[in-house]
Amino acid sequence: MQLTLEFGGGLELLCDSKKIHNVNVEQQNGEDKLTMKGLLSWVKTNLIKERPEMFMKGDTVRPGVLVLVNDCDWELSGQLSTLLEEKDVVVFISTLHGG
Amino acid sequence: MEGKRSKVRMCCLCNQSRASLNRPKTLQQICRDCFYLSFENEIHQLIIDNHLFTPGDRVAIGASGGKDSTVLAYVLSKLNRVHNYGLNLFLLSVDEGITGYRDDSLETVHRNQVQFGLPLKVVSYKDLYGWTMDEIVKLIGLKNNCTFCGVFRRQALDRGAAFLKADKLVTGHNADDIAETVLLNILRGDIARLSRCSSIITGEDGPIPRCKPFKYTYEKEIVMYAYFKRLDYFSTECIYSPNAYRGFAREFIKDLERIRPRAILDIIKSGENFRISTNTKMPEQGTCERCGYISSQKWCKACVLLDGLNRGLPKLGIGRSRPGIGCKEENESRGVKSIESKQCGSLDF
Repeated sequence: MQLTLEFGGGLELLCDSKKIHNVNVEQQNGEDKLTMKGLLSWVKTNLIKERPEMFMKGDTVRPGVLVLVNDCDWELSGQLSTLLEEKDVVVFISTLHGG
Repeated sequence: MEGKRSKVRMCCLCNQSRASLNRPKTLQQICRDCFYLSFENEIHQLIIDNHLFTPGDRVAIGASGGKDSTVLAYVLSKLNRVHNYGLNLFLLSVDEGITGYRDDSLETVHRNQVQFGLPLKVVSYKDLYGWTMDEIVKLIGLKNNCTFCGVFRRQALDRGAAFLKADKLVTGHNADDIAETVLLNILRGDIARLSRCSSIITGEDGPIPRCKPFKYTYEKEIVMYAYFKRLDYFSTECIYSPNAYRGFAREFIKDLERIRPRAILDIIKSGENFRISTNTKMPEQGTCERCGYISSQKWCKACVLLDGLNRGLPKLGIGRSRPGIGCKEENESRGVKSIESKQCGSLDF
């Protein structure tokens, strides 16, 4: 499935300083459909090049990292259980840098 | 269980648009437009309720180019326009002389100057003190450098504000920052700072009062606001090492927020409600004999640090003093130093 992933607020530094990634991701770990949980584990393996602890804590994002799916706060769509669809745009922004 | 298509949530305020954000403060699910309105109105209300400004005030906005100060500059100039505050707003930036960090973030501030139509003043450590942070780090290494930077920045902001003939200095400290500082001051047993770090206005007895219009504004909402409005901000960590102790406190606050978002407001409330027992000796304020800046010591902290640098004894004035002579000096110097300064890791302003 084609997805657009965007990293901001300093998180882009963990993936080759590239903010926007157009990627192709399939279901993960035997899930029927791709969820945010599956996407996060894919991102951790395939995009994050350094300091993964700045992005993840346990099986979810580190507290202080905001996630938007199609410009909507993922807290409204079920966080890790959010189902992803073709051409979705997922944005990750760290709130932890600078003032 | 919940797929995002299974349920499109509508804004609980207008019930007309799709909700875009879960507000940490209220747990309301609201759309972008209602979010902008609530966000701006709450800050407006705080400004009015606390009489932060008087018409005609010259207000310097401490601008680092980061998210908080960028959103602050944007929102303040909007509120000033919409509600006719009658303020003259200025951007005030400090150039610490950190190559690859501050030079880049200052470019952001220069763009903000044009985008927001606000005049900008930059004061540099090199001009004020004769040293850049690059030079200081070269001399002293990566230990204690944040002490120099924090002490120098506080004074630099005051001097810049004085140059602008500002009546008030506003900084972008947000609710998360303040909760973190309350916690740190408890962990350090720093009563002088604890009592002041949660005040919305500080330094009313000093040359220029400082205020924090984002005192109750969640960091999440500031970042969401900046993201939805596509505001141009800079987000890179200072290259001279993060402050580990503060980092732990920050992480702890963020963990608490995830479980119970109100925790942040409650910690601030705890800070506000602390009362200092009458037998706690508080530092008295005077002026520095050398530069005239507010100080409870003979020399202000910046002068002590500078003297050390210039004499090749950079450790002078650093660290915890010994008991006996120590306690007094420590309390006093810290009383003068920025009580709310986000020392490196997350920059002051």
